[in-house]
Amino acid sequence: MKNVKVLGTGCANCRNTMALIEEVARAKGAEISLEKVEDLPIIMSYGVMSTPGVVIDGQVVHAGGVPSRDKVEAWFIST
Amino acid sequence: MSAADLNSAPPSARLYRWLAAVALASGLWVLAYSQLVPFADTLLGLLGLSRDKHLGEAVHFFLYDTPKVLLLLTGIVFLMGIVQTFFAPERTRALLAGRRVGVGNVLAASLGIVTPFCSCSAVPLFIGFLSAGVPLGVTFSFLISAPMVNEVALALLFGMFGWKVAALYLGLGLAVAIVAGLVIGQLGMEKHLEDWVRQIQNSQSAAHTGEHQDWVSRFEAGWSHVKSIVGKVWPYILGGIALGAGIHGYVPEDFMASFMGQDVWWAVPAAVLLGVPMYTNAAGIIPIVEALIGKGAALGTVLAFMMSVIALSAPEMIILRKALKPRLIAVFAGVVATGILVVGYVFNLVL
Repeated sequence: MKNVKVLGTGCANCRNTMALIEEVARAKGAEISLEKVEDLPIIMSYGVMSTPGVVIDGQVVHAGGVPSRDKVEAWFIST
Repeated sequence: MSAADLNSAPPSARLYRWLAAVALASGLWVLAYSQLVPFADTLLGLLGLSRDKHLGEAVHFFLYDTPKVLLLLTGIVFLMGIVQTFFAPERTRALLAGRRVGVGNVLAASLGIVTPFCSCSAVPLFIGFLSAGVPLGVTFSFLISAPMVNEVALALLFGMFGWKVAALYLGLGLAVAIVAGLVIGQLGMEKHLEDWVRQIQNSQSAAHTGEHQDWVSRFEAGWSHVKSIVGKVWPYILGGIALGAGIHGYVPEDFMASFMGQDVWWAVPAAVLLGVPMYTNAAGIIPIVEALIGKGAALGTVLAFMMSVIALSAPEMIILRKALKPRLIAVFAGVVATGILVVGYVFNLVL
């Protein structure tokens, strides 16, 4: 089970990122717990400057814009 | 050639295909751009309209401006998409960290043009800069310049008023960002940051090891920039040009001069105030701007309105409130508004 956090202050791109991750994870059969982080001090504690950012199991894997589908698929490939 | 073809090929072949595609597209672009007037004339003729009539003039304006603006926008947005791959926010931050006030402000305002920026990222970016030791005033120079002096505004101004107006907008926009940042820095407003922001100020290193990118991914970034920007703004552009065309065809000459002309002293402040609650992108507003100017509105007044709409938006201030205390937001808005006012008056005086 992977813990996935989407960091963002509630813009359209953050919602698109959430939806994309959910969709890809379901298609790949990966078990994830998806969480949205809107609290700025917490977002900043990850050192992310451009939202949306994506954190998987505590590691920042993406920042700045909606990730490409290829990139998202790569995250869930080993599960 | 579709993106899927490009992805399946080996890297060197993909690069050559991109180069060929870019060369071909550039050729077509130049050809199309040189044929704008014949194109509009022909289409107008096919519709059975003539430019002697109001309707014909309005339709011609629309048929000429729409392809012109879309061509310019696509070209410049593609180029900027590529340029931006060289300036990730982290890299910009590393360039700015530890800069002195003054040089830092100039650099920050300039980097604001080429660093990818979206107003929803304004606060994380703002705090990210501060946490790496970028001075508050320098950070503000960046924050003011980034949305105001952007490639969409410049592309549209260039397309509709020529390079002189675009260059003036660029120069004055940078000047407002630099001076406003200097003033805010001088005022020593650090105590008006929210407490949690002050705690992490100067707490991080700005070291930046960029991801290596090859040219294929830069071209891809340029193309996806085109898809996202042009895909998002084209309805605004069509709407704006249609409205502009209506004004162009039907509103009498010099109608606007009576209340947006050079002699009306209160026009500039009124334009700035009117711009604050409005929030749209540069794309939607410039075609209207063109039509207003065509009917005698003064350029300075109209540009002040435009800068105010883009740089001083109520939604952005609400986001900034999470990191800034009200007094600092008020100072920010006041300083920027003053700068825009000066720009408006100077434009009206000079031109």
